[in-house]
Parts: sequence; C-alpha cells; structure tokens
Amino acid sequence: MDEILKILSEDARISAEEIAKLTGKSVDTVKKAIKNLEKEGVIVKYKTVIDHDLIRDSNSFVRALIEVSITPQKDVGFDHVAERIYSFSEVISCYLLSGTYDLLLIVEGENIQTVSNFVASKLSPLENVRSTTTHFLLKKYKEDGQILKKKTNGKRLNISY
Amino acid sequence: MDIQISKKVEQLAPSGIRAFFDLVLGMKDVISLGVGEPDFATPWHIRERAISSIEQGFTSYTSNKGMPELRKQIAHFLKSRYQIEYDYEEEILITVGVSEALDLAMRALLNPGDKVLVPDPVYVSYQPVVELAGGIPVSLKTGLSTHFKINLRDIERACEQGIKVLMINYPCNPTGASYSKKELEAIVKIVKKYNLIVVSDEIYDELTYDFDHTPLASLKGMKDHVVYLNGFSKAYAMTGFRVGYACGPAKIIAAMTKIHQYTMLCASITGQIAALEALKNGFKSVQLMKEEYKRRRRFIVGALNEIGLECHMPEGAFYVFPSIQRTGQSSMEFAQDLLKKKKVALVPGIAFGKNSDGHVRISYASSYENLKEAIQRIKDYLR
Repeated sequence: MDEILKILSEDARISAEEIAKLTGKSVDTVKKAIKNLEKEGVIVKYKTVIDHDLIRDSNSFVRALIEVSITPQKDVGFDHVAERIYSFSEVISCYLLSGTYDLLLIVEGENIQTVSNFVASKLSPLENVRSTTTHFLLKKYKEDGQILKKKTNGKRLNISY
Repeated sequence: MDIQISKKVEQLAPSGIRAFFDLVLGMKDVISLGVGEPDFATPWHIRERAISSIEQGFTSYTSNKGMPELRKQIAHFLKSRYQIEYDYEEEILITVGVSEALDLAMRALLNPGDKVLVPDPVYVSYQPVVELAGGIPVSLKTGLSTHFKINLRDIERACEQGIKVLMINYPCNPTGASYSKKELEAIVKIVKKYNLIVVSDEIYDELTYDFDHTPLASLKGMKDHVVYLNGFSKAYAMTGFRVGYACGPAKIIAAMTKIHQYTMLCASITGQIAALEALKNGFKSVQLMKEEYKRRRRFIVGALNEIGLECHMPEGAFYVFPSIQRTGQSSMEFAQDLLKKKKVALVPGIAFGKNSDGHVRISYASSYENLKEAIQRIKDYLR
C-alpha cells in the first residue's frame, strides 16, 4: 500500500498499468488498492502543483499567513470556532497549533487590500477571536517537499563506464 | 622528434569505444542509458558538510592513510554492519576512488608474470591495471547460462595452471550479477584450497535487491585472503568526490600505502570529510535510492523482454545486460545505429570484453520518464 501511495504522491497522473509495472503487482490489485484508498479517504484528492509566480497575467493573487488567538471559552471548544473560520472560502488552510497562538490560517485574496478587508470585517469580529496577526507571503522557495526553483539539470556526462 | 611511449602502455588494449563515447558526448538531446553513475545528486547534508569544511579552511593534506576519523568510522561501520573487524591504523587505507585502490592492489601484489583471474565481462579497468602492474590477466568467462555468475569449475581449472590473484566485482558492472552468502561460501572453498588472494570490488553493495549483501571478507577464514574494496560513489552518489577505501591484511595495506604515499599522497580532504558525513548520517538516503532503483529495475527488465530483447533480472547495481542477438548486429553496430537513428545512447557489450559482443549494457540510473521514452524509441528502432 505504501509503495502505491509513494508513487502517486510523486505523480498523480500515473496510470494503474504503470504502477503495476513498477511494483510487480497485477493491474487489478493496483486498481482495487487505489479504489480502497479513495474510499477510506486516505487519498483525499488528486492535485496539480502550480508555481503561480511563473504565470504572467493579471489574475494574480496574494496569500497571507494569519495567526489567530482564540478566547479560551471552554464550552465552545476549538473545533467549533475553527469550523466557523475555515468555512470562509478565503481560508485555504487552517491548522491548530501549539504555542503562543491557536490557529494558523492561509488566506488568499486578490490583493493586500482584499485580504486586509477579510481580516477586518469577517475574521476579527468573530466572537471567539481575540487577536490576529497577518503575515503576507512574499516568496515561495519550497512547498510540500518540492523545490520551486528551476532545476539545473543533471551535469552528468552522457556516457560513462 | 620521434617520441617513444612506454611499450607496456602502447600494448594496452586501446579503448576502441572512445570514438563512440566522443560521438555521444558531442550530440544534443540524447536520452542516455549509458551512464555509470547515479542520477541522484549527493544528498544535501553531505554536500553542505563539504562546503562548510572548505569555508572553515579545511584544505590541507591529510595523513597518507586517510583521515583517522574516517578510517575509524569505516572500521566501526564494517563491524556493526557486517561483523568484520579491521584495525583502523594498519588495515584500512583511504584511496582516490576504488579505481586507485584497484591499481594499488595490483602493483602491491604482482611480480612480473604473476597470473590474475579476471572475470569476463567485467569493468573496463581490471585487465589494464593487471597489465600495467606486469601481471598476466587470465580470462574467466561468464555467460547468460549462469546469469553471468562465475563458474567454480572454471576457477579450479585455471588455478591448476597457477593463479595468484582472483578479482571479483559483485554486484557487477556491467552485468548486475551478485552472489548470495551460500554462493560465496562455494567460492571460499576454492580460495582456501589454492591459497588465492582475492581482490573484491564491492562498490555496488548497497544496491543489492533480492537478498542481503555479504562481503567476502566477512566469511570464516577469509579476512586474511581478501583485499576488500569499497567506497562512496554509488551508494551516496559521490562519484566526483573521488573517495574509496581498501581493507585487508596489514602487510598488503602497508604495501599499498607505500605506493599511495608517493604517487597520490592522500585523497582529497573535502572528499574525505564528505565521506565521513555520509557514513555517519547517510543511511536513510541510501535506502530511498535503493527503493527507487528497485522499481526501475523491475520496469526495465519487464519492458526489455516485452520488446524482444532477452533480459534476466540481475541481482544488483543499476545495469542490465540484455542480449541483442536477435538483431544479428554486433554490439557496436547496434549502439551506433540506435544513436544515429533514435538518439538513444547505451554502451555496447564489446567495451567489456570480446565475449560480450552479443550484449549491450543498459543503465537504469535515469529518471522513470527517460527510461520509458528510451524503451519506446528502442521499440520503434527494432521494428
């Protein structure tokens, strides 16, 4: 199971036939295994990783990492508050963290103004939100194990003993 | 002025393959299945260690024998991994790649006319280093029928004529053949019977896929017979760092060190520092690389057989040695024609010995995408 997941995590578009060739399993076994993983929710989604910095057109957007401190109201609980926050479509990711604040959000908007407006008018006024700190994302170097710089391709000699 | 070159060097079999190599290197957009080194960069933590050592000013000579910390680490590694105990002071020498160790071993062991058993096919340096040291190479043919493993009876027959040294390389370049512990024990019997010295090149040991690799020197009574060669080039993708090592009986290591101290002085300090980091912390990246190669091996053997190039599953390294006999071409003709028509490069078997003209060496040290594309092009070529 692990091997199929590893292969898919590198290339989600690889066919079951190719996975079968790489793992020595039968095509049917691979197809069944993948179906099961999808059913159990282990495989949540197949995504394409895009480097937006390289797209030259007006549809740019801005991302911000926002630290959120929640008022400690025991009867409400973190999950409930988190759900109210991540339900906003502007919130791309939402994590509960240990440390000096409680939630880390990744928020996306058209520009700095849009994101600031979201924080001011939608996020901060929420009942259990005590404070927020917004950090705008300036540059992505590496994401999810993938270095985003153009790879300087292998300097190996094309033939050697 | 007519310059006289050393006769010994003139008589070395010229690399008839060199023109072909130059051709490949001069072409653009070639998909190469002919590379003898990993397609992974040296793991970053090793490179980073090397870089900071230079920044800190570690740029001087090391002891001729090699940095003591590295020798100690190798001794520790061999003891815990394979239960072989080598004295780091007297029985381990750090060399400039395994290539230098091979050369030193021959020069340290051979008197003019001494006979050395050299497998065929095998890595291109073996026969030349024997000849350069004044020895006589005796060919030990291996073939498809034994999956390129050496035949015990052939060894015995040769030994009857007087052999001093047996050279073995397992897992093997170019065939990928390797030996289980049981198979090695059969070789041990012959080594003891004829009191052979074995130079054992185990550079591809980490890339053994179907069973655990057993160093020959770890078998009972073999430590005194074996010059054990290993390094960092393949397991840690450190080919360019040029660091290897030889372990063996103190007398042999001392003789090798004597030559080494005059001709090489010491291996690069940066390389040795990198090697130390590799041994200390590189285990995880070796395992990841091995898993990846195992997948590619499975793919390439299957794919080659599918397109009609008979290929068995080799036990180790990152090479397959399929037969091209169905094409009726010589290995050089096949390689040149494939390069010209389909821009796929591989190494013709003739490079490794006359016995292998019906084969080509395909390296799967290349991305899965490249391997797929290359197979498709070979398939088209064969039509």
